[in-house]
Amino acid sequence: MSDTQAIQAEAGPAPLHGLLAEYDNPTALVRAAKKVRDAGYAHWDTFTPFPIHGIERAMGIRMTRLPWLVFVAALIGLANGVLLQFLTNAWDYKWLVSGKPFWSWPANVPIAFEMTILYSAFAALGGMLIFNNLPLPAHPLDLKERFARVTDDRFFLLIEARDGKFDEVDTRRLLESTEPLLLDEVLEDRVTSDKIPRALIYTLIVAGAASLVPFAAFTAARARHSEKPRIHAIWDMDFQPKFKAQRANPLFDDNRAMRKPVAGTVATGALRDDDHMYRGRVGDAWATTYPAGVQVTEETLRVGRDKYNVFCAPCHGFAGEGDGMVHKRAETLGQGWVPPSNLHQEYLRLQPVGELFNSITNGVRNMPAYGPQIEPDDRWAIVMYVRALQRSRASGLGDLSEAERSGLK
Amino acid sequence: MAIASDINPYQGALKGDNAFAQITDNVSRIMEAPKPPRAWYIAMGFSLMLLAMFGASLGFVVWEGIGAWGHIHPVAWGFPIVNFVFWVGIGHAGTLISAILFLLRQNWRTAINRFAEAMTIFAVICAAIFPGVHIGRPWLPYWMTPIPNQMGMWPQFRSPLEWDIFAVGTYATVSILFWYMGMIPDFATFRDRSKTTVRRLVYGLLAMGWRGSSRQWHRYERAYLLLAALATPLVLSVHSVVSFDFATSQLPGWHTTIFPPYFVAGAIFGGFAMVVVLAVPSRQFFGLKRIITMRHLELMSKIILATGMLVGYAYGMEMFIAWYSGAIYEQFAFVNRAFGNYGWAYWTMIFCNVLAPQVFWSKKMRTNVWVIFFVGVLVNVGMWFERFVIICTSLARDFLPANWGYFVPSVVDYATLAGSFGLFFTLFLLFCRYIPMVAMAEMKAFIPEGHAHDH
Ligand code: HEC
Repeated sequence: MSDTQAIQAEAGPAPLHGLLAEYDNPTALVRAAKKVRDAGYAHWDTFTPFPIHGIERAMGIRMTRLPWLVFVAALIGLANGVLLQFLTNAWDYKWLVSGKPFWSWPANVPIAFEMTILYSAFAALGGMLIFNNLPLPAHPLDLKERFARVTDDRFFLLIEARDGKFDEVDTRRLLESTEPLLLDEVLEDRVTSDKIPRALIYTLIVAGAASLVPFAAFTAARARHSEKPRIHAIWDMDFQPKFKAQRANPLFDDNRAMRKPVAGTVATGALRDDDHMYRGRVGDAWATTYPAGVQVTEETLRVGRDKYNVFCAPCHGFAGEGDGMVHKRAETLGQGWVPPSNLHQEYLRLQPVGELFNSITNGVRNMPAYGPQIEPDDRWAIVMYVRALQRSRASGLGDLSEAERSGLK
Repeated sequence: MAIASDINPYQGALKGDNAFAQITDNVSRIMEAPKPPRAWYIAMGFSLMLLAMFGASLGFVVWEGIGAWGHIHPVAWGFPIVNFVFWVGIGHAGTLISAILFLLRQNWRTAINRFAEAMTIFAVICAAIFPGVHIGRPWLPYWMTPIPNQMGMWPQFRSPLEWDIFAVGTYATVSILFWYMGMIPDFATFRDRSKTTVRRLVYGLLAMGWRGSSRQWHRYERAYLLLAALATPLVLSVHSVVSFDFATSQLPGWHTTIFPPYFVAGAIFGGFAMVVVLAVPSRQFFGLKRIITMRHLELMSKIILATGMLVGYAYGMEMFIAWYSGAIYEQFAFVNRAFGNYGWAYWTMIFCNVLAPQVFWSKKMRTNVWVIFFVGVLVNVGMWFERFVIICTSLARDFLPANWGYFVPSVVDYATLAGSFGLFFTLFLLFCRYIPMVAMAEMKAFIPEGHAHDH
């Protein structure tokens, strides 16, 4: 159903669309195109299986504006790439990365660049299609069976009847002078229906409506309240076949998931069976000497001072007078506060070292325990330093050597 | 056109009455034949088997978690990232042939550009799957995109891994646009030659009503030129960005400035090798010997030789800089690379990438399809090992000896690697059968008959 006569017979006479000339090589076509161009036609075109070098000039085609479109798209892409990164990372949600400024542009170049290319590429293809009026489903030329060879090995020239200069006789004569293989009339297309098929419309409506269902379901779920736990489409690692601490486990008699260590279990290094070292006791009394593991040296004293300044000074003060910062602050607030003891009191000076050690370890009356925070040997070092502090306030001439005493006189 | 006609492989190759029709027939025949050649069925069967393995092993990884793969601390990247870089690399030759050779007016490319582009797209698909699954929760990759969310958080755009998303995403998109646009006129040819309604409809839709108007050709050629000009810096940027994944880290063996050009050269090298591996059998089985000529294979061999030497230079330069830097970690990393416990991988790489292509100095070798095919396969193996060497040797031996380890791939690792070839070849075979495998229109414009002679 493609020859002119057959179409006319079926659809009634159709008006003329144009005259079509056929050639079998590009040289003939280019020659013909020049003639048509020189004759001053406006609505005409050539059709070829591949782009012919130089035909633009032969036809008088002006340079397309496509590059400008692509250029604008490139700028938009660039601006988008820069803004996207600036607004998200330097403004709305500031990311601190390796101490760099929030907007350190060299790191933003790659994405800005990719966006530029992406936008321009879409513009190049999209612009080409739009300027070319594609997609174009039907054309009067499609009714010519011979015209199918335009995508294979034949070259065509069409002058449209709507051209002001078109004249059936003159135009035909002009085309004949270009020595085409064949010269033919092209009629308007009265065969191809331009109605969209009903079935397609219905399918689109149904599919479009169906595609809204999930969104409607989401919206409904968001608006309603539910007592049920949320649906886990994907479990991630939220549910694992394991028992967690402090949970029930019917496998065991006591229904606990956690197993307690066997009675009498001692963790490595936690035996602490040396009463002197760990509890400050010798027999039934407080120890009066330092344990064997603690060296009475200047080095130990220095450790003691450092630890004291960290752990005790805030309350007891650097000199042990019970006037640390915490105490001063409490005084100012005046909210009722048992003052830290002055460590220079007589009874404290006379206390055995073991008892002091115990006060640090377990706390005393209102003072909290420091055992859990300070290692035992550091606690002994603190005791040693407290002793030194006490001594500093309670020494007399008797503590000096003969030589020093005479030096003072 | 002086250079181009110099190396025009068609001086005489297409002698006959109607060169245009010959090209159309040669290419369309593949789609029109009632049945593809038997080799196609065999290859397809084999590819589908591998593809099934790919699906099964990936399904297993998704179900079990990525622990099913062999990578463990400290080699947390293992096979998936090696495969990712390998496939992305393969994906570079296509656009390179299409875009760069186009801009350089190396018109001989018309015979191979279409399927090199197809190869690019299929390789990028294979590549994208690996990091997609390696993120551990493949249902959450949209977290890497800037979608407004209830946490008010945005992706970290200064991370090279985020650049990767944009670079590879843009590359895939632009490659598809470029590929598709090149095919519009050829789809029109298929449409006009198709007999069945289904084919007319499908090819007709794809051709978008292309009728070869010169006014349309004019804009089409502009758009093609622009796309080529855009794709050229893109192709260079993509593998540079992939190399930033490594180069911007501080790991000895990764932290090097030579990475971007070295990765790009490697990608071109590996990509061309893949093109010859695909071209040699397809021209044989689909009767395209007069379209993809010996001359084409020879030119590609030369490119493989040249880029292979670039890659070899980069290997040498890395060693030199490691020594010259005076940094002991750097020096250790490279000595360990060559003589450490992954030494076997390093020397495999050197053999395949540096030594094997040297045979192409001889014209006899360059024009022997068996040699070309075999070297192509070797180079692909070598390029895979290059990524393996870079990733695994560096991670396995970093600053702290306490942190050293040795990566042993699991069965699932091998299955996904082999399986990805299944996906690649399946797509490629479908492409051969149903899509114009050679750019017919471009080729017709290129042969001597395609020029008008009186201007
Ligand atoms: C949070 C403040 C605070 C800190 C820190 C603190 N103490 Fe005390 N300490 C007190 C208070 C309060 C008392 C008096 C408790 C009472 O009388 O109820 C006290 C009492 C004492 C006593 C007297 C015990 C007795 O037998 O009467 C000693 C000795 C002592 N502290 C030593 C220390 C040492 C050594 C440290 C450092 C490890 C320390 N304290 C850290 C608040 C503190």
